[in-house]
Amino acid sequence: MTTAPTELRTIGILGAGRVGTAVARQALKAGYEVKIATAKSASEISLIVEIITPGAIAVDAAEAASADLVVIAVPLHKYRTLDPELLAGLTAIDVMNYWAPIDGELDDFEGDPRTSSEIIQAYLPETRIVKSLNHIGYHDLEEDGREPGSPDRRALALASDDEEAKALVAGFIDRLGYDAVDAGPLSAGRAYQPGTEIFASAHNAEQMRALLEAAKQPAPS
Amino acid sequence: MGETMEIGAYSFGDTQRHEDGSLRSTHEAVRNLHEAIVHADEVGLDYFGVGEHHTTTMPASSPGATIAAAAAATKQIILGSAASIISTDDPVRVYQQFATADAISGGGRIEITAGRGSSVETFPLFGYDLGDHDELYANKLNLLMTISESDSEEVTWSGSRRPDIPNLAVVPRPVQGRMPIWLATGGNAGSSARAGQLGLPVSYGIIGGAPHRFAPLAELYRETAKRAGHPEENIKVSVAAMGLIAPTKEEALERFYPGWYNLNVEMGRLRGWPEPDPNAYYAQANAPGAYYIGDPDEVAERIVHLHGHMGHMRHFLQMDIGGLPQDHLLESITLLATEVKPRVERLLAKK
Repeated sequence: MTTAPTELRTIGILGAGRVGTAVARQALKAGYEVKIATAKSASEISLIVEIITPGAIAVDAAEAASADLVVIAVPLHKYRTLDPELLAGLTAIDVMNYWAPIDGELDDFEGDPRTSSEIIQAYLPETRIVKSLNHIGYHDLEEDGREPGSPDRRALALASDDEEAKALVAGFIDRLGYDAVDAGPLSAGRAYQPGTEIFASAHNAEQMRALLEAAKQPAPS
Repeated sequence: MGETMEIGAYSFGDTQRHEDGSLRSTHEAVRNLHEAIVHADEVGLDYFGVGEHHTTTMPASSPGATIAAAAAATKQIILGSAASIISTDDPVRVYQQFATADAISGGGRIEITAGRGSSVETFPLFGYDLGDHDELYANKLNLLMTISESDSEEVTWSGSRRPDIPNLAVVPRPVQGRMPIWLATGGNAGSSARAGQLGLPVSYGIIGGAPHRFAPLAELYRETAKRAGHPEENIKVSVAAMGLIAPTKEEALERFYPGWYNLNVEMGRLRGWPEPDPNAYYAQANAPGAYYIGDPDEVAERIVHLHGHMGHMRHFLQMDIGGLPQDHLLESITLLATEVKPRVERLLAKK
């Protein structure tokens, strides 16, 4: 995880809600070029983007998909509005959560033993999905970022079945101001879904590794 | 500029607690809420909003009934919902209830604030499918606005999530012809743009993070409304936030904490949060955090500070979360009306 590619320059963000716009502002602060798309046309969201995420560019989904890295920040129940062909071949961070007490039960996720990100991966088979940024509040994302090496630097977990994609995202997370901690394959994202200790509060890298390790152990019987 | 600021309160009618932490009765909570509204009117608070929730800890399930009763028992205070969950109610019924309260009040003091609802408890309760949330909200808001904007008692409307209304009377009509309809949002940019496009006044619920970070949303709202050509008098911003006033900051912090703790334990049980962290409390309870907790000087200064960022015309506080004792609620309402409000006016006049 030490060979973060350096050519990452443009971030495409799908979704202009609270999470998408917070990621956009933090990415702009980190010096990336940011393109934002929603289900609406670029011209319909241009004012939102101009005022809420100054410096970012409103685009159509096709152009957001031309970025070096894509962030999927649409409401989870709208995931089927994503175009698998458009996102084929890309690395994408899945920041969405299945959180039934808040958003209600969704049939696609309720009866399925897989994590929400695994279901998204199956829906987007040609996209390299990395689960991360889902377990930090959108206020916190813009406030808790620190320089590398800061003693109070917060850690964010990431999981993916693709090592190269994980390295790319680890570099992005580091630039946003967080220590990236590898949780393992995409299924390991279970350890920081809603309802887990990692999801519910802030941790440094050491604590994060310990919690991820503990999550791998079988539950005491 | 002669900026003015309405100062108010809102409540979900939180149920008070016994000494051992167990809940008192929900009917007592509703009665306390009524008493608090009447008190707020007597001491000169500008606004009181009743928020719709349907839980044992927050039993203010019928803002319309609460506000109709308060309309009869008060003289000057503006009364509204904060907010009515329009997605899962019938806008005709909501409008009729508030128009009835308007008639009882003598006219001009009743408003509706329409929201999506941040929790989903109303969906199973009223038999709606959560998968329809977006369409329900858009449809019902459209109907509510159609009724509100109708120049006659007869309303005609058609949509996809409710039977059509073919030129039927929706009565009573408000005494002054129109009743203000506000749009409530928790800070989604799309909602601010929607309020601006519709030309509705907007109410921001700010429950976490630094409130001044909502400033770009207010700017987006105003700019969208301007480009859509809406008249300036309808373009208004209000802010709903948590807070409590006591004679000293220390007392305010001590009084608010148990309720904050209770609320977080309750929400944590539903949402899988950990044990509430006192550090998180203090982070929110001190500037630039989200809670307006303090003595009258501090709270007035913080309201005026936010006004510099958002230009809002109403700031109202939720004080009785988690079962705040009634005497602390009433004292806070008194301080808000008699100590905070004049300070806010003085500070704004100096600008």
